[in-house]
Amino acid sequence: MSAPRADIDRRSLPLLAIDDLSIEFRTRGGIVRALDRVAFELKRGETLALVGESGSGKSVTAHAVMGILPAAAHVAGGTISFGGLSLLQADAKTLDEIRGREIAIIFQNPRAALNPIRAVGKQISDILVRHGNVTAAQAPGRAIEMLAKVRIPDPKRRAASYPFELSGGMCQRVMIAMALACEPALLIADEPTTGVDITTQAVIMDLIAELASAEGMATLLITHDLGLASEYCDRIAVMHAGQVVESAPTSLLLTRPHHPYTAKLIAATPGDAASLDDLASIPGNLPDLRRDDLPACRYSARCERRADICVMPPVPRVALAGGGHVACRRPLGAEA
Amino acid sequence: MVILRRLASSLPSVAGVIIVTFLLTRALPGDPAAYFAGPAATQQAIEEIRAKLGLDRSLPRQFVDYLGELARGELGNSLSTGQPVINELLTRLPASAELTLLGLVLSVAIAVPLGIAAATKPGTWVDHTCRIVATAGVSLPTFFTGLLLVYVFYYLAGLAPPPLGRLDVYYSAPRQWTGFYLIDSLVARDLDTFRAALAQLALPALTLAIFSLAPLARVTRASMLAALGSDFVRTARASGLSHRRVIYTYAFRNAMLPVITTLGMVFSFLLGASVLVEKVFAWPGIGSYAIEALIASDYAPVQGFVLAMALLYVLLNLAIDLLYGLVDPRVRIAA
Amino acid sequence: MTAALRHARYILSENPVTGFSFALFTFLVVCALIGPALVPYDPLASDTAMALTGPSAAHWFGTDQLGRDIFSRIIVATRLDLGLAVSSVALAFAIGTLLGLAAGYFGGWTDRVIGRVVDTIMAFPLFVLAMGIVAALGNTLANIIYATAIINLPIYARLARTEANVRRDAGFVEAARLCGNSEARIVLAQLLPNIMPLMVVQISLTLGYAILNAAGLSFIGLGVRPPTAEWGIMVAEGASFIVSGEWWVAFFPGLFLMAAVFCFNLMGDGLRDIVDPRRRT
Repeated sequence: MSAPRADIDRRSLPLLAIDDLSIEFRTRGGIVRALDRVAFELKRGETLALVGESGSGKSVTAHAVMGILPAAAHVAGGTISFGGLSLLQADAKTLDEIRGREIAIIFQNPRAALNPIRAVGKQISDILVRHGNVTAAQAPGRAIEMLAKVRIPDPKRRAASYPFELSGGMCQRVMIAMALACEPALLIADEPTTGVDITTQAVIMDLIAELASAEGMATLLITHDLGLASEYCDRIAVMHAGQVVESAPTSLLLTRPHHPYTAKLIAATPGDAASLDDLASIPGNLPDLRRDDLPACRYSARCERRADICVMPPVPRVALAGGGHVACRRPLGAEA
Repeated sequence: MVILRRLASSLPSVAGVIIVTFLLTRALPGDPAAYFAGPAATQQAIEEIRAKLGLDRSLPRQFVDYLGELARGELGNSLSTGQPVINELLTRLPASAELTLLGLVLSVAIAVPLGIAAATKPGTWVDHTCRIVATAGVSLPTFFTGLLLVYVFYYLAGLAPPPLGRLDVYYSAPRQWTGFYLIDSLVARDLDTFRAALAQLALPALTLAIFSLAPLARVTRASMLAALGSDFVRTARASGLSHRRVIYTYAFRNAMLPVITTLGMVFSFLLGASVLVEKVFAWPGIGSYAIEALIASDYAPVQGFVLAMALLYVLLNLAIDLLYGLVDPRVRIAA
Repeated sequence: MTAALRHARYILSENPVTGFSFALFTFLVVCALIGPALVPYDPLASDTAMALTGPSAAHWFGTDQLGRDIFSRIIVATRLDLGLAVSSVALAFAIGTLLGLAAGYFGGWTDRVIGRVVDTIMAFPLFVLAMGIVAALGNTLANIIYATAIINLPIYARLARTEANVRRDAGFVEAARLCGNSEARIVLAQLLPNIMPLMVVQISLTLGYAILNAAGLSFIGLGVRPPTAEWGIMVAEGASFIVSGEWWVAFFPGLFLMAAVFCFNLMGDGLRDIVDPRRRT
């Protein structure tokens, strides 16, 4: 439907590669070092979850890939490579063409993310006309098809509805329809189930999973919910205070975590815990990212396994058997 | 249907206006009859007026009379001219309307783009200009601005014609169609008169525009900033929509909603300011009619003027409500 | 208290324009209080030989058509204009706030009646209503004050009503009620202090508007009669001389008018930043 771009190779390995990405925010209270040397990869058709507490930098990473960071953000280093194209070096025109077409994003709080005074069908048509080689006359029909694809009942009538007339779950489906309208290679889902009730959560995630596998689309799921990640994702990358501390295939991560923080996160997640008393909590707070005397490993202040060497740069990236890596000087399982 | 419902909701305002104007004329300190008879009246003339205007009846009865008179379009007679007030008001209304409308159009044409530019380019000179305009414009007394403009553009620069009304003495009014000289002269294909009328309109309309510029620019800038920072604009950008599409279809249309609401307040100021502008520029509208009557202690025209302005204001607010309902589907559909 | 002062000083230093407006306000108050004692000429003394002379060393702002010194007249007028503004705003604040508090706190019929009254005032273009009131009650200074007060009281009524509505079920109100305080006491002693910060901001803004109003009414011949010195009537007297080039007669009074209004508006903005930074525009 949409002509593939010459400069992006969807079959490249990996599809998305983030390496050494550091981002700072200039604020009144100082410089916030939001991301510190973040690195992970995503292959074509794969589902990766970016998991962490709020404030861990997951959304910043996602928005950096989309190029929608606020003006106060400043890339201090690193690269983002998508299909062989360097996103940080690309010009504005190229980025505008990639957004919505090769990479798409859906946000949390879907009703607020839709234009309140524009019919949802028109909002989908806007994207189709912009990217999809679809004429203005054909667009409304295609929009209705998309609404049917995300299983909105009575799509023809719904296309003329406004966001305030739809439930939160339906608004999220509309967002998914908008995101998938041009068959992107990568879908970023930024906390898509936050603020939606639990039955709808499962429905939304199932829909995303089904559509993604049907189109061979890669998915980057941003979430604070380890349980959600474990259920829907092939691989998980754990973030803490702007650093990726561990990334591994899901089953390996959950059964054999290597980073102390990962282990704590798993212990704090309700799932197989017999009772609430079994749930552990993670001691301490996120460090203040405005400080310029942050330790090299930003978890070290809260870590039971902390050694003096942990505060000194660089934080190592140790490759793990089975794929993935851990950023720790004293990982679990490697006794020192 | 919606129109009927909105009309109904403005009825209490109309009722209030009529009651207040009634009280203002009857519940006066001293003798209302003396007011209407004028300062030079004899005691006998006062008694005649009292009987003629029914001022000797009870207050509720007078109110019923008043309503009847309004229904018949009777607003009393002017003391100085002896003519019915309603005739004079209707004759002069187009002059005021043309001036006020042009002032509003000018104001919107300057304020809205200024506000949008200030919001899309924050921190630049455009932004600072907008803020200065917004703060200074509210502080300028309208009559002072008008006088300054006359001094600069007429006396110093010689660009503007003397502030002596709607048309220079050389020209005669075009054939009456709407009463708006600009429209009527175009209809009559009389370009000379059109230009002359426009020249006379320029400074007074600009004076009014400067006055109402400030709140409009401020609200446009603020609501545009809010729209640009909203989640749905973020989605539009993340979808790669064109810059034009994002700014106009997504941000601007949403930003205009609070601006339309502000128009109501702007009209209140504009209608009041037009009275002052009419005095400065010797504009033959209903404002100057009221001022002349006030100075002559001629009471009925003032009362008619206040009533007319208030009803006009209620109508304008109704129009704004309808416009808002058209533009915002949340109001349209939820109704 | 000192924390509030420190915060105020922070805001003032952040925004020098606000500091400037406070200084200007002080200057105006000084003019009003002791100005008449210090002016070089008698504001009412006419000297036809010197009529319509431009600004000079002897007459800083020039003379008007009767040879009166414009500078002296302007300084003396400060007392009258500020006095008009302060009295009408004080009245508007007192009555409007009480009405609004009553409407918001008691609700029911009180709310409906007061709401109707306020809505009716707002149904008029405000300056036109002021004209009507002064025309009806008589052309005196006192009536200018009443008219300006009436057209400004809706703002206070609405503000007070919203605040009272929000707070009438608040904990501290319940507590006061349980302690046996009478309703009047609760409204005055509990609710009023809570809304004062917002009110102070509004008072400053309304002062600017009240000056414009009073000057506008004087400009069209209401309220102040010659030979009284008042900014609006001075501009009116000077208006006829603009077309013949004697700009100073209307310019300087207008300038002071503008400065006063500007000052109150800036002060209001600055006060708003001190009181409630969320509402910054």
